[in-house]
Amino acid sequence: MVEQTPWWGGLLLPLVLVVFALAAASFDSVLAAKAAGAPRDFARPLRSAAGLLVQQRRGTLAADSLLWRAGGVALLIAAVLASAATPLGDWVVGDMSVGVVWFNAMEVVAWAAVWLVGWGANSAFGLVAGYRFVAQGLAYELPHMFALITAAVGAGSLRIGDIVAAQDGLWFVVWMPVAFVVYLLSVLGMAFFRPFDQATGADAAGGVLAELSGVDRLVFVAGRWLLLVSGAAMAVPLFLGGGHGPLLPGWTWSLVKTAAVLALLVWAGRRFPTIRVDRLQEIAWMVLIPATLLQALFVSVVVVWG
Amino acid sequence: MIPVWRDVLFWVCAVLAVVTGIAVFRVDSMARATFALLASFVFAAGTVMLLDLPYLGVLVILMMIMEMVVMAVFMIMYMMNPAGLMPMTMVHNPKGSLAIAVGTFVLLATGVLLVPWPSSQAPKPEDPTMQLGEALMGDKMLVMIVLGLALFATMVATVVLATHRGRYDRYGDRLERKRPQDPSRGGLGR
Repeated sequence: MVEQTPWWGGLLLPLVLVVFALAAASFDSVLAAKAAGAPRDFARPLRSAAGLLVQQRRGTLAADSLLWRAGGVALLIAAVLASAATPLGDWVVGDMSVGVVWFNAMEVVAWAAVWLVGWGANSAFGLVAGYRFVAQGLAYELPHMFALITAAVGAGSLRIGDIVAAQDGLWFVVWMPVAFVVYLLSVLGMAFFRPFDQATGADAAGGVLAELSGVDRLVFVAGRWLLLVSGAAMAVPLFLGGGHGPLLPGWTWSLVKTAAVLALLVWAGRRFPTIRVDRLQEIAWMVLIPATLLQALFVSVVVVWG
Repeated sequence: MIPVWRDVLFWVCAVLAVVTGIAVFRVDSMARATFALLASFVFAAGTVMLLDLPYLGVLVILMMIMEMVVMAVFMIMYMMNPAGLMPMTMVHNPKGSLAIAVGTFVLLATGVLLVPWPSSQAPKPEDPTMQLGEALMGDKMLVMIVLGLALFATMVATVVLATHRGRYDRYGDRLERKRPQDPSRGGLGR
């Protein structure tokens, strides 16, 4: 039932993602203002973006500009490409037979992108933060992959459209709750969003963001928000039944569910304190991986004998 | 896809894969060399996808990004200049290695052109990913299970050999401590 859009669907996709990213950033700034007791500030993301557009670029001594810029651009492009496999109701930009693997490959680009941005500035803080993110990747990536595999096993297909179709009666979140929670955690981790934001931590003077300014900073920060949106949007077809829902058309349900997941992630980011990478590493390997393995085993048993 | 486009894409991917592959040995920084190699692998994955093997193609991209990032960490760590931030060269014994590289390339390319490749009349499978999975996991299941066990045992053994602090360091010589004594706090139960 999920069908590929004509070519112009690919042009609309970045626009939809940007609208979601702006809305999420706006919500985040409202939450921040509320916590600080300041007046609500919806337009702050737009003002910051405009400010970065006109800001003059700062340089550093002996920076590797090629790798530095490449990191930001790669993050932005990969975040959009990751969503090419995500259906909006019945439409999808790229109806790939290996959609799950494609999504996984595109969000792994963040590993290279964040490390490159940290490396390129030739700054100690950026370098430390770049390594922090690689360590964080080693923590969240395996549980994340097992969560993806669990949804694919449940549907018996790597095609996102088949996974949505398999949830016609029962959403996967009902019998794969562990995989769903781990997936959401790993989305926060891959977008190095709070509480997994040590790569941009204030304890390292902003980490990979320390030396980024002007358009470069805008590209990188936008890429991070788009990656968060892409991750949140993919949770809908994987676990929340995609466009399935009563009364309203499929695309509305996809939008509503994506907005709900995104709001939950942004709220969680403001609610919980930053988790150190070494601490996350132990939690990931001792708790999350065994939990996702048991979840995958349970789903496999149900699929084989159910 | 129109065959012409397939040809164009193939040549773009093939030429760029070779160019970025050469760049690995021409750049003067380990970070650039690593990511030039990554670019080369990604373009090679493009040619794999043109063979209608999307699973293998995307998997090459996925694995190579992770591998190259981890490799960058180790390569820079083992470099002789501090932190790998100084200019370096990837080439040792330049003339010899160039001769070997060109010789190997010519040999393989000649092989590709001279071998009479079999052409099949059988129709393309509906889902090559499924076919690949059955080919690997069907009658070769025992081999794959043994391989998996061997790999896993190797990994565990390597970690055990490499670990700086074992359980006697953490829990005491008689394992008498309730809570492990670690240099940095955090994680589970501490």
